[in-house]
Amino acid sequence: MFPYLPHEDAISAPFWAATRERRLLIQYCAVCNQYQWYPRAICISCATDNLEWREATGKGSVDSWTTVHRAPGEGFVPPYVIARVLLSEKVIMLTRLVGIESPACDQAVELSWQELSDGRALPVFG
Amino acid sequence: MKTPVIVGAAECDLGVTNKSILELQAQAVSRALADAGLNISDVDGIATNAISRFSATSLADYLGIEPKFTESTFAGGSSFEMYVARAYHAVSSGQCKVVVISFASNQRSAKSRSLGGVVEHHTPEAQFETAYGPLFPLSYYAMAAQRYIHDVPNGREALSEIAISAREWALLNPKAYRYGSKSLTLEEIESADMISSPLRASDCCLVTDGGGAIIITNSEIAKNLKSKPISILGFGESTTNTSMTTHRDLRVTGAKQSGDIAFAMAGVSRSDIDVVELYDSFTITTMLSLEGLGFVGKGEGAEFVLDGKTRPGGSFPLNTNGGGLSYCHPGQYGILLLIEAVRQLRGECGERQVANAKLAVAHGTGGILSTNATVILGAN
Repeated sequence: MFPYLPHEDAISAPFWAATRERRLLIQYCAVCNQYQWYPRAICISCATDNLEWREATGKGSVDSWTTVHRAPGEGFVPPYVIARVLLSEKVIMLTRLVGIESPACDQAVELSWQELSDGRALPVFG
Repeated sequence: MKTPVIVGAAECDLGVTNKSILELQAQAVSRALADAGLNISDVDGIATNAISRFSATSLADYLGIEPKFTESTFAGGSSFEMYVARAYHAVSSGQCKVVVISFASNQRSAKSRSLGGVVEHHTPEAQFETAYGPLFPLSYYAMAAQRYIHDVPNGREALSEIAISAREWALLNPKAYRYGSKSLTLEEIESADMISSPLRASDCCLVTDGGGAIIITNSEIAKNLKSKPISILGFGESTTNTSMTTHRDLRVTGAKQSGDIAFAMAGVSRSDIDVVELYDSFTITTMLSLEGLGFVGKGEGAEFVLDGKTRPGGSFPLNTNGGGLSYCHPGQYGILLLIEAVRQLRGECGERQVANAKLAVAHGTGGILSTNATVILGAN
């Protein structure tokens, strides 16, 4: 179901390691008092490289969604629902919605996980 | 300072050509030069992309010239509107005298287009988005459309009207891929294949070969040419996002910044514009650009288009060649927006000519609403 195994690098390694324990980590800047997604080498507000990782609450709402009816590549099995979820940490993630028959914009959703073949996992919402 | 003007415009072969990219490029350039009344040896500036990693260098070599100015900003479909700005500065400063802006693709013949897009494994998007399986770029536009339809009454109907209107224009354009077909009906749209909801096949641009070129020179040189020079009155651009998650509001695009800068430079108002060419990679793209450029307010575009005013004979001529939806979409459509704007301002458009067109807007978008670039052109 998830044929693409994402590469990781030194910046994103803590995020991916935490997915093995089903913990969603988001970068946090203690100077600016704000989260950022996706992980980067610096804070995009103040440019500090002194960023923390904090565990997300796993609560969010659907900013928008789409049901994909054609496969983007080998191994993907449509239909499935892609969404932009606005986390309570005020960052937006791309994800999938699982177990929701009729998704709607602004619907409240919660974190769950889908395992990748290498033991890491993808955060999804339902 | 020398005043830059557009003196040539032409398409290469369109549709299904079975020609190479460089053969199509050479067609586009030679036809645009012939249109201008210039020779290939007059060209000392090149702006192009999507030939190879060294696109401008490749084209210069293929054409046998050694330019003083090259430009290959890779911003998707809006690149060519950006090139007008770059060429404007190069010609006005005297860095060069004759710039050719060109593009060609053989994507339909070569079957080189993939629904998943090109994945570059080292990028943040590949790390955090690709695994979920979005169609690229389609699913991003689909989410923008979903949000639009959720928020705006009659949003779905309005997106359908954009596709219907484009088809009506294409039926007047002998070069359009859908020329000789029939009017698009609501029934056809409702039964079209769903690709990435709410976008159906009828909301999506064509996948064709094609391209074209325009020639920019200074007004001194233009005086001695046969063609009617077109003035470059204003331009602006905006680059907002490459991730599907970093731009907060799916309904507000870089068109606002791009348009505000271009209109301020041109010193004209929205209501002065006679012809509007807005990139229609998807029906939602046109809608968000229409609102972002300030022709209507946010959320007002649906009501605006639903009375049919964008169709032939209407009060707001939009995408008068039939657009990417029904005329031609060679992957990066931005060059064809400029060519149609120039032809409308010259009065060369036959059955689809907008009467007395003096001012035109060409607005390109690229990537996943990643880049926006606006050009305002005027007939002298």
